[in-house]
Amino acid sequence: MFKYYLQLAVHSLKRYPVLTGLMVLAIAVGIGASMTTLTVMHLLSGNPMPGKSGKLFYAQVDADTDNSYPHKDPLDMLDYRSAMDLWSAHKADRQTLIIDSSVKVVAPDSQLPPLMRTMLSTTSDFFPMFDVPFQYGQAWTAEQGQRHARVAVISAALNRKLFGGANSVGRTLRIRGADVRIVGVLAQWRPSPVFYKVVGGRFGAATNGRFYGDTEDVMMPVGTGIDLNDGHFEPFTCWDLPEHAGHLTHAGCAWVGLWVQLDSPAKVTAYHEFLTHYAQQQKQLGRFTHTDVRLRDLMQWLTFNQVVPPDVKLQTSLAFAFLLICLFNTVGLLLAKFLRRSGEIGLRRALGATRASVFAQCLVEAGLVGVLGGIGGWVLTLVGLWAVRQQPVAYANLAHMDLSMFALTFLLSVLVAVLAGALPAARASRTAPALHLKTL
Amino acid sequence: MLKMTHLSKVYRTEVVETYALRDFSIDVKEGEFVAVTGPSGSGKTTFLTIAGLLETFTGGSYHLDGVDVSHLNDNARSKIRNEKIGFIFQAFNLIPDLNVYDNVEVPLRYRGMKAAERKKRIMESLERVGLSSRLKHYPAELSGGQQQRVAIARALAGSPRLLLADEPTGNLDTQMARGVMELLEDIHREGATIVMVTHDPELATRAQRNVHVIDGQVVDVAEDRVFSTSQLAEHSPA
Repeated sequence: MFKYYLQLAVHSLKRYPVLTGLMVLAIAVGIGASMTTLTVMHLLSGNPMPGKSGKLFYAQVDADTDNSYPHKDPLDMLDYRSAMDLWSAHKADRQTLIIDSSVKVVAPDSQLPPLMRTMLSTTSDFFPMFDVPFQYGQAWTAEQGQRHARVAVISAALNRKLFGGANSVGRTLRIRGADVRIVGVLAQWRPSPVFYKVVGGRFGAATNGRFYGDTEDVMMPVGTGIDLNDGHFEPFTCWDLPEHAGHLTHAGCAWVGLWVQLDSPAKVTAYHEFLTHYAQQQKQLGRFTHTDVRLRDLMQWLTFNQVVPPDVKLQTSLAFAFLLICLFNTVGLLLAKFLRRSGEIGLRRALGATRASVFAQCLVEAGLVGVLGGIGGWVLTLVGLWAVRQQPVAYANLAHMDLSMFALTFLLSVLVAVLAGALPAARASRTAPALHLKTL
Repeated sequence: MLKMTHLSKVYRTEVVETYALRDFSIDVKEGEFVAVTGPSGSGKTTFLTIAGLLETFTGGSYHLDGVDVSHLNDNARSKIRNEKIGFIFQAFNLIPDLNVYDNVEVPLRYRGMKAAERKKRIMESLERVGLSSRLKHYPAELSGGQQQRVAIARALAGSPRLLLADEPTGNLDTQMARGVMELLEDIHREGATIVMVTHDPELATRAQRNVHVIDGQVVDVAEDRVFSTSQLAEHSPA
């Protein structure tokens, strides 16, 4: 019977083209608005490391000496000593340090002027931990990291800019006057968000769009990065003034992130105990005031830091409220349409259609309106996402529709239309045949 | 075939009860052609809608083809309407945006019949009413008489046990009315049971039996009469 209902729906929609157009438009506009914001929301709240995020943890101990509060969340980053202690203990399956800064980059054998680029000082585990893809070469070795070797990995974008995308492994970069040999070039890689440098998001939620920008252009070993760029690392939080402004290594400042990979729940428990034990030990030594530690997995850390900008959430809520209004409009239009056809419905009832048949026929018609609305909504969503891409936000160029959101567009559209059709269909199915046979 | 005993239909409002049918009894045998006559508002149409299971009744009993329909649910009533009853309405009641073929197909669709069987029945019934060449025409492209023939074909397609006709010639001119009436008589001669509601006494005389209704009650049942060719000719509209 579905095919028959579909034929009838097509007939009916053709019979009242203006009414059909209005219903399709109402759904399309509602779907377009809500799917645009939902797609952005989906992109911003997705899992940047699917399949692995449950094994990646952000470790926190608290070196802050402020004792105003007996218990508090540790600072978002670690002081240098704690970070090095925890990292060098190698208690996790993998562990890596994260230090951000900006640097002036020159390629001596190119004619380009110096470029200001972001730099990540990290450890060799960073690449396998976060499944970072390489286009050319490879990461530096742990041994190179330990001896502060002048080596670097650069991004695909910087490689295109400086070397036209050619294999630049073995070529030289000059960073703050020092020559650094390129050992690897990344393939296109842009986790969304750039999760490993998310810190302090919950304090400045309005600017959390920054976490969806590009990854760093230059990556080098922590020791090398500090050798070359000391005094220029950020962000940081200090509770003591550094001896020399900006030089944070021996100061009471938190500026290093520590990510660990723990491959089993037992290892998570063990690592938490390790952190706790370390904090207690440091307190006994008089270096720590607080012994609170945290070990959140990747998604917990992103949620804790409220990485999805609040304006995106607000827009999504408003768009769905708008969709609700469109749904009510469609209910009204469908009701008008079905009641206008009460004569035909009465006749069908007289000729043997059950209430369920009439209900199903009306729902199929509503569903068809939903499919048409979905097509319109999909087009409007593409327009909406194009508009988002024109906005000055870090995530702008991420705003594209993927397959799952494409499917969801139609699913949502049909669902909305069927929901909108349910009440009118129920009313239509209760048509008393004898009353309406003369109104056909 | 159709037996109503002391049947009543009451429309109630907060302040008044209106009897549309009161102590209404009728017994239509299989193969009969019965005309139900009476003035406007006498309860003829109410009787027909109850007979066609389009409405429920308030009291009494109603047996259709041996089945007590008093307590049937809506699905069962729909099934009986679909399988046992054919309707012919004064206003034809064709669906305007379906062509002739699709209009005749409507009751067969709800019977869950296979496409080949549906096609066979539709073609046979349209052949029967002389419209097999108008399959793709829409109701608006047909004359009133042709539209009523399509409606009759739709009623016949499901091979119903009972044909209920409500003023089947009421919207037709004399010429067309004669054609439709002759068609009904032919169908009856082939064994169909027909109950026809009409306020036209002349038309009623062409039925085997007349039942006169006034104020919701059967007041007179004319004696059975047997059709003869001469009678048909005598009563045919000029």
